[in-house]
Amino acid sequence: MFLARIVGTVVATRKDPRLEGKKLLICRPIDPDGKDEKGYIIAVDTVHAGFREEVLIVQGSSARMAQGCKDTPVDAAIVGIVDQVSQD
Amino acid sequence: MYLGKVIGRVVCTIKDQALTSRKLLLVRRLPNGPAVVAIDSVGAGAGETVYVCRGREAAFAFKPDEVPTEASVVAIVDQINRPEEPTL
Repeated sequence: MFLARIVGTVVATRKDPRLEGKKLLICRPIDPDGKDEKGYIIAVDTVHAGFREEVLIVQGSSARMAQGCKDTPVDAAIVGIVDQVSQD
Repeated sequence: MYLGKVIGRVVCTIKDQALTSRKLLLVRRLPNGPAVVAIDSVGAGAGETVYVCRGREAAFAFKPDEVPTEASVVAIVDQINRPEEPTL
């Protein structure tokens, strides 16, 4: 799992029926200090996250275990909204 | 699976139901890898060297619960015995 910030949304009309009603968000990975890292990922939102929020993303087949993603063609899901990251 | 060092914690209030009361640790892959967020299954704490399981199998540490994670801390390392580097 990794930290990311939501930087946009994706709209798709023609899509797999199992993706209907799911919010697709563009997320940019960030480091623990909140700085942007390279690349982006499109993730399905399961926690009603919003623009610019820091979130926790689960990737790979485990993403299908997120709420409402069972048996869906999903390999990245947002499973938490980050309140705080503390470093020792 | 790989070795990591616990470098911090992540706090999420809004999260997937299956993540409730799970400890989220910020773990840096040793020696200088990226920081990932892993769910603790053994009670690991700050600064400890741990053993991280990646991928779909990471969720098996919490069976029978279905936890949406692709990184779990599954052991706390006491000691590493490393014979001489093999010569190729």
